[in-house]
Amino acid sequence: MCAWIRQSSSVPVARRAGRRFSAPRQLLVAGLLALPLWLIAASSASAAGAAATIQIENFTFTPAELSVEPGTTVTWVNHDDIPHLVAATDKGFRSPPLDTDDHFSFTFTKPGKFDYFCALHPRMTGTVVVTKPK
Amino acid sequence: MNWAGTGILWGLAGGLPLGIGLDKALAAEATAPQPFTFLQISDSHVGFDKPANPNALATLQEAIDRIKALPVKPAFMIHTGDISHLSKASEFDDADKLIAETGLRVFYVPGEHDLLDEGQGKAYLDRYGKGSKGTGWYSFDQEGVHFVGLVNVAGLAAGGLGKLGPDQLAWLKNDLGAVSASTPVVVFAHIPLWSIYPEWGWGTDDGAEALSNLKRFGSVTILNGHIHQVMQKVEGNVTFHTARSTAFPQPAPGKAPAPGPMKVPAGDLRKYLGVATVDFVRGSQPLAIVDRPLAG
Repeated sequence: MCAWIRQSSSVPVARRAGRRFSAPRQLLVAGLLALPLWLIAASSASAAGAAATIQIENFTFTPAELSVEPGTTVTWVNHDDIPHLVAATDKGFRSPPLDTDDHFSFTFTKPGKFDYFCALHPRMTGTVVVTKPK
Repeated sequence: MNWAGTGILWGLAGGLPLGIGLDKALAAEATAPQPFTFLQISDSHVGFDKPANPNALATLQEAIDRIKALPVKPAFMIHTGDISHLSKASEFDDADKLIAETGLRVFYVPGEHDLLDEGQGKAYLDRYGKGSKGTGWYSFDQEGVHFVGLVNVAGLAAGGLGKLGPDQLAWLKNDLGAVSASTPVVVFAHIPLWSIYPEWGWGTDDGAEALSNLKRFGSVTILNGHIHQVMQKVEGNVTFHTARSTAFPQPAPGKAPAPGPMKVPAGDLRKYLGVATVDFVRGSQPLAIVDRPLAG
């Protein structure tokens, strides 16, 4: 069992919340200079200690596959009028039932491919890929 | 699917479902021998308060009031799951208090919304599962009819549909093995046991195996909930039927991006909610199902 931090709350989170980058600003600027803009927009990898959000809407996890670096806290937000429940296929994490606007966060520490699904509507599936530290 | 204002009595004529208006059916019943009747309610989702129905407790109350007003008291009631919305004790308490007003004995099976407590179903079993096996399955006999309550919402697997699991299937095979083929059988479970719309999870992965044990019986009726609308199918001697919810309607398969609560025009909601009564008439008659919407 890997070490992990679980937070969940029923406080609504702002929709489509932007990612918080705790990486030094210079690093980000350097990246902007070195990479085409579309590549940055398409990249879903985030720096260690960063945060990423998965939206739950119309019985779908978006993005269906999210790639993050170790140490990233991933937050699922339910926008549906019906509860969902985020559960790791390997039982590594399990949210409480998330009613409308509830959210659940989990910090991924180890590299690997983590499949999850909705325990209420198991046809809903998604994956978090945790990349190797750079 | 049928939204007839006053309800439909389903009978079988030459293997084909035949629907006649409720008024006509009730008039016909007056001259027929007194049937044995039981009621089905489903998907009360007590605690739901979203725009599709801001007060699910009030519409359950309306359903209960209609049941209390029936001229002939049914033998008992079955509830095919999703009693609560989030498995909170207060939701179960509110539902129990209302349902108790009917004075009827109630046989429950859980829906997936009833297994959301920290014990993943312990709250349901403590409250409704007395005398049941496993996650809450059981059978009983009444008036020569064999009733089987199944659980297909526990321990659902990623990517899958409803699931009964090997333990329950083994129990079912054994349970039905002791029943003669001439005994009418009524099976009830939350998620439909036949595949209605797998894209929305409306089916049971190992439902076919359960149904294979029912092939030798002359009369089989399968009652489900979960999809919040009436659907019926007849296959050989098996009649499948899903009941309306008392809380909120859901869209017809594939008619919306997702199967969530469906908001209908103000004033129309009660046409989509309701209760079902099932009459079992002795003789060569099959079970006949009457669906009564709250409105009409």
